[in-house]
Amino acid sequence: MTNWKVILNIAKTHLLTKIKQTSTAALGVTFGIGAYITLVCFMTGLNAMLDDLILNQTPHIHIYNEIEPSENQPITLYDDLKNSFNVVHSIKPKLTQKKIHNALPIISYLEDNQDVYGALPQVKTQIFYMAGSIELGGNLTGINPVDEARLFNMGDYIVEGSAEALQNSDNGILLGIGIAKKMSLKVGDRVQISPINGGVFPLKIVGFYQSGISDIDAIQSFTNIKTVQRILGKAKNYITDINVKLYDIEQAMPMSKKIEKQFNLTAIDIKTANAQFETGTTIRNLITYAVSITLLIVAGFGIYNILNMLIYEKMNDIAILKATGFSGKDVQLIFMSQAMIIGFVGGVLGLLVGFGLVSIIDTIPFQTEALPTVETYPINLNPLFFVIGFSFAMLSTFLAGYLPSKKAKKIDPVQIIRGQ
Amino acid sequence: MSVVLEAKHINKYFRKPVLFHVLKDINFQIKKGEFVSIMGKSGCGKSTLLYILSTMDTDYEGQLLLNDNLITGQTRDHLSFIRNKHIGFVFQFHYLLSEFSVLENVMLPAKKLAEKTHEEIEFDAYQKLKMLNIEHLAKKRASRVSGGEKQRVAIARALINNPSIIMGDEPTGNLDSHNAENVFNIFKQLSDEKGLSLLIVTHDEDFANKTDRIIQMGDGEIIV
Repeated sequence: MTNWKVILNIAKTHLLTKIKQTSTAALGVTFGIGAYITLVCFMTGLNAMLDDLILNQTPHIHIYNEIEPSENQPITLYDDLKNSFNVVHSIKPKLTQKKIHNALPIISYLEDNQDVYGALPQVKTQIFYMAGSIELGGNLTGINPVDEARLFNMGDYIVEGSAEALQNSDNGILLGIGIAKKMSLKVGDRVQISPINGGVFPLKIVGFYQSGISDIDAIQSFTNIKTVQRILGKAKNYITDINVKLYDIEQAMPMSKKIEKQFNLTAIDIKTANAQFETGTTIRNLITYAVSITLLIVAGFGIYNILNMLIYEKMNDIAILKATGFSGKDVQLIFMSQAMIIGFVGGVLGLLVGFGLVSIIDTIPFQTEALPTVETYPINLNPLFFVIGFSFAMLSTFLAGYLPSKKAKKIDPVQIIRGQ
Repeated sequence: MSVVLEAKHINKYFRKPVLFHVLKDINFQIKKGEFVSIMGKSGCGKSTLLYILSTMDTDYEGQLLLNDNLITGQTRDHLSFIRNKHIGFVFQFHYLLSEFSVLENVMLPAKKLAEKTHEEIEFDAYQKLKMLNIEHLAKKRASRVSGGEKQRVAIARALINNPSIIMGDEPTGNLDSHNAENVFNIFKQLSDEKGLSLLIVTHDEDFANKTDRIIQMGDGEIIV
């Protein structure tokens, strides 16, 4: 039977009479937790922004027809030379079509799959932007604009105009901002483009596209699938790429393997395609946590130190408490609860300080050419960080309080009383 | 007369720095309402005996009975409970919690026992303080009252749970003769009027002579 009221009352009195030490210890925790919240919200915000820059527009699985040499050259089919060392010179890629064979049935097959959030067809082609006698090379991708905006956040990268405007226009183009600058074009103007196999098609500019990566913005434009098919003079089933978005990104790798086998196509999953981003994110998170944990450990040592001192000062009190019937466990609980109160108060203050700092950072303007949709420093206000921060405050103060309180539990009152 | 405290064949050894036989086969009884003092030279083991009797020191051989219940070999938590409920302490150096008020100091053991409500405990505490003529100090910080007053507060605290026995380790050793007299009178009164048993270790011969019985100790043995 533990009488919490009495124990907490004693703990409270001890803390309040030593308010300076108490606040120093609590401030240590506050500082640690506040710094953790600020760091982690800011860093993960930045991480998310950097990842989004690439990953958001990247499909989880990208399916296309790769131009590559065939694995099996004719000589391998010739049994007589099976055991010889064959050298084949000047291998050429296999002649295949660029389009995905039976693309439309494959798309409807994929969309029936439970794991698939959506599968979108694209038609990619090389074109020239014509500016008088100057030809600028570029890429034109035919898309379903509204679906792209829904699945791959296309809307975030349209700086003027909208996905709907492109969807609703039969000969509209969403022009890369780099090209628009080079050619001094604005929304509503017409731009002439020419596919590689000849002909000139005037398209109306319905908006500008800015990915944040200037190399892409200088060449890439979008238009409706139908428009590209018409420019290329191809049929409605001419699809060069299929982009798949899944519910669970972890499924990307196995699923891409399955698709490759089943349809004899190339399927690249997002992790393979963007392995370097994963690494960057992991390392940045690692640094964030290393710094935060260091801060909290320092705060923990502060608490340990102060409780240790307190216990030396309170030797007499401990002896008298034990003599009047408080058990060793009660005494331990008194000092543990002091540590926990310091941790709780410091932790809550730390969360508030962290939240305040984060809110301030969130309002600081941060404008960059590369990121059209970002106006202030990115912050990731995830409640989970607050839960983790608070739990860590409690955990570290628990550990910091445990050892000194254990010592207090073991103090022999007879030794103290007789020692006087 | 019922026996409150009984020691049977108590032996104790100090193991450090060398093996030393401190208490040699101690046997005695304290009856209800008896006022007993233990006297002896320094180092004869009288304080050591007191701390064994107080249940705080468990490293001994023999048997200890409180109200005919065997105490020896109980768990530490249970011993804490016994100290809380049945034994009151008064030490040479007051030993109040200096950061708490006088009233809180007196109430603390009763709060720990938690057999009564807060109001009842507070009422009891005032009763004890009134009995010792120090109720006007109730709200003062324990560190702000004089030595004689502190000792009376300590007595009030020892009484709060209406213990079976009060033990004192030279409770008057640190007081001037006037206050020592005062403390003795309080003890005497408690013994006579409330039928409380008292066991007091003392150097003060005048003090001891006025008690019901003197246990004389020498070299770890009871002489008389």
